Amino acid sequence: MGYEIDKEGDTLIVKVYGEFDLHAADYARRDIDKYIRAQGAKHIVFDLGDLTFIDSSGLGVILGRYRHISEKGGRVAIFGVPPTILKVMEISGLTRLIPFYADFASALQSIS
Amino acid sequence: MKIRNRMKLEFLSCSENVGLARVAVAAFASGVDFNLSDLEEIKVAVSEAVSNAIIHGYEGAATGAVTLSASLTDGNLEIEVEDTGRGIADLEQAMLPGNGSDPERLGLGFVFMKSFMDDVSVWTEVGRGTRVKLIKSFPVNENSGITVEN
Repeated sequence: MGYEIDKEGDTLIVKVYGEFDLHAADYARRDIDKYIRAQGAKHIVFDLGDLTFIDSSGLGVILGRYRHISEKGGRVAIFGVPPTILKVMEISGLTRLIPFYADFASALQSIS
Repeated sequence: MKIRNRMKLEFLSCSENVGLARVAVAAFASGVDFNLSDLEEIKVAVSEAVSNAIIHGYEGAATGAVTLSASLTDGNLEIEVEDTGRGIADLEQAMLPGNGSDPERLGLGFVFMKSFMDDVSVWTEVGRGTRVKLIKSFPVNENSGITVEN
């Protein structure tokens, strides 16, 4: 699993790829939070287009960031979720909390 | 009971081994007629069971032993994930969605296991450990696999 973190305006763009499980969760949580603080980011867009696996540990990282950002009045969006992973996200209830989009432009537009 | 194939793997309770466990079971299960969606669901269920053993059984310590075994019988994949950790004091509570106080964890491990497998059984004893058995059925093709009479 890997991730790339970029920033556009006051929005952090977090691209997660590979397998997002317990092993990856601690590193991802620490790094994303570090970037949020360092960059003063208000919103987050998760790019999950190259994600190949996720379980409740990975989903917990996304949910935790959603909670932190929402508490501060920010917004979170997700785009590019592969069909094989969508079912896990639906069962988790994440799709009812966070808006999902097909592409980056739509996700970013929803934030701004 | 006819056993087509079986495997057993023991590893330390470090998070790197969650991936090893799910890939091993998916490779093992690919020997019968599971489709790709089934295999993805099996991987999630195994990932949750092994993660639970690490997080809850051994409280994150990477020094415990996790035993993963799987067998293919007549139309069923049976998986067992066992730890000798602290056990679960309130199993009923542990199996409810959103259990636990950690806001970073969904508390959906058992929910995913139940959603993706046909049957989930748990044996646990405080101070002795926990064994989770997961069963998923598959279409039987009589001409495939190794058959061992037990």
